[in-house]
Amino acid sequence: MLAYIVRRLLWTPILLLLAAFFVFFMGTVAPGDPAELRLGNRATPERVERLREQMGLNDPLPVRYFRFIGDALKGDFGESYVFQGTKVTELIGPRLLVSLQLNLAAAVVAFGIGLPLGFYAAKKQGTARDPAIVITMLVLYAMPVFFTAPFLILFFAVQLHWVPASGWGGLFSTQVILPALTIGVPGAAIFVRHMRASTLDVIGQEYVRTAKAKGMSNFVVNYRHIARNALLPILTLLGFTLAGIFGGSLIVELIYGIPGVSRLSLDAIFQRDFPVLTTFVLLGSLMLVLANLVIDIAYTIVDPRIRLS
Amino acid sequence: MTTEVSTNDEVLTRPSIGFWRQVWSRFRRRRLAFASLVIVTFIYMLGVLAPVIQTHDYQDTNLLKTQQGPDTENWLGTDRLGRDIYTRVVWGIQSTVIITLATFITGSLILGVTMGLVAGYFRGWLDAMIMRVGEVISAFPDILLIILLAATLRPRINDFVRNLEDSTGISGIVSSGVVDYLVIGIALLPLSWFGMMRLVRGQVLALREAEYVEAARAMGTSTPRILFRHILPNVVSPVIVSVSFGIGAIALSEVVLSFLGLGVQPPRPSLGVMIGEVTARGGASVSVLRDHPEQLLSPIIVVWLLIFCWNIIGDALNDVLNPRAR
Repeated sequence: MLAYIVRRLLWTPILLLLAAFFVFFMGTVAPGDPAELRLGNRATPERVERLREQMGLNDPLPVRYFRFIGDALKGDFGESYVFQGTKVTELIGPRLLVSLQLNLAAAVVAFGIGLPLGFYAAKKQGTARDPAIVITMLVLYAMPVFFTAPFLILFFAVQLHWVPASGWGGLFSTQVILPALTIGVPGAAIFVRHMRASTLDVIGQEYVRTAKAKGMSNFVVNYRHIARNALLPILTLLGFTLAGIFGGSLIVELIYGIPGVSRLSLDAIFQRDFPVLTTFVLLGSLMLVLANLVIDIAYTIVDPRIRLS
Repeated sequence: MTTEVSTNDEVLTRPSIGFWRQVWSRFRRRRLAFASLVIVTFIYMLGVLAPVIQTHDYQDTNLLKTQQGPDTENWLGTDRLGRDIYTRVVWGIQSTVIITLATFITGSLILGVTMGLVAGYFRGWLDAMIMRVGEVISAFPDILLIILLAATLRPRINDFVRNLEDSTGISGIVSSGVVDYLVIGIALLPLSWFGMMRLVRGQVLALREAEYVEAARAMGTSTPRILFRHILPNVVSPVIVSVSFGIGAIALSEVVLSFLGLGVQPPRPSLGVMIGEVTARGGASVSVLRDHPEQLLSPIIVVWLLIFCWNIIGDALNDVLNPRAR
């Protein structure tokens, strides 16, 4: 167990270095010169050359790479190519916070709908309600964001005037409701599917039968014996939520006009703003790797039957 | 889920049927899954038959008749340039469906399955290397990796194909849209191979210790023969299930790429291009849905059906192919 954690932790920095190198390499393959992009079409070649030198773009790839890594270790991720004079961290920070809040709200929706519904569907196995729930959720899951987002805006904002149509006002404003639903409901479909499957697994267990035979109330059996145990495998799905923060909510951020981090990174790709992109990828990869490790460890604590190797 | 009650006589006289016949007959009994299969086949046929069933040319504009609703001439109406939406949808299906299928077959089936077989069977440094590469790739935020690859590789691939055109003297490669196919294929590659590879590897790790494999080895069977004749047939079931879940996801990625202007390039239609053009990359979604819903809904419903049906088929196949899971 300990060896496993240590091995994973040792592997993480190597993984991050490789991921960062990949983005750097793509930067050299990419067309377009950041210095030229920054100065515009009418810049003289001399000025472009001077700026290239200034930005350190003329150094060979390994030099630039290790300089970036060295600075990054000191917490300095450099300046954006596009937003001149702005630190990358200043650019990413607030937007990351926005995406974080958006996906937190979406996760609340996904868990809130998905877990009870999945549990209910499993309890109703054999009746018409179970397939009805599963299929309805699948229909919602398959519905493309390109439709759900404008549809929700049209219905709840334009027709009913219940909530603002777009924009961002923080986690506790009404503006978060529609985007949270747009991301959360398809997410709920995934939770329904897994929660249903794991509940069905648990329902068949002998300790559930024993508990019922002892004459325990339905409520206690449902919650203490079934639901709690069925929730264990769901833990591993938490990674999904994280993936949403890093890029997963891109289309939603575009349609609702939310100043999130996915949108920033899309712009960064289009504008060859590689410092922003590399930082973002590093951050995303780090979070993903660490979260998966934490989930793995948490899993063994919650369920001692599982051994990591 | 249905259990057949049969008398002894029936069992004795019934001719033995093969595994795949059994699977097929069990699959057919699931009405929703069977209907999904019919719908998916129908959509794919629309794409394949696009040149035959088109009512217009997908590039033909008619500025006298823009943004019109459906009528007898334009079955699904016209877009802002007066192009026939029905024709563009069937051609869009062709781009989307062919690209995703081709990507999936090369990336997931050929590459993923072969690497899974090799990694699982030989283990050692090869396995470790493939797994580590996969881990680095899957540490990236998916959609951004796809976008990054598509955005940066396109000019390179374009140049490459141009050079190829010049040196071989074959013209029209660039205009045939091969570049788009290559860009999308390569961009989606990292997403498609690792999952499949890990799945196959896991199965192979268990199978390589199986007695029949040991027996084959003891008889001096060549390694490729063991891999492809003895082990591969036994991993087919999970592979098929994962394929049917995966195709929908890959199709959606292509739609997102083309929506952002990084996949299929206009004027060639693709479902993603149509959605992206009509909504101005998402900005105008609401007004389009309100004023000209047919323009937005026509491509979206196809995407919706594709993803939904592939998921239903995947679920059914999962049940049918893994009797233990039932």
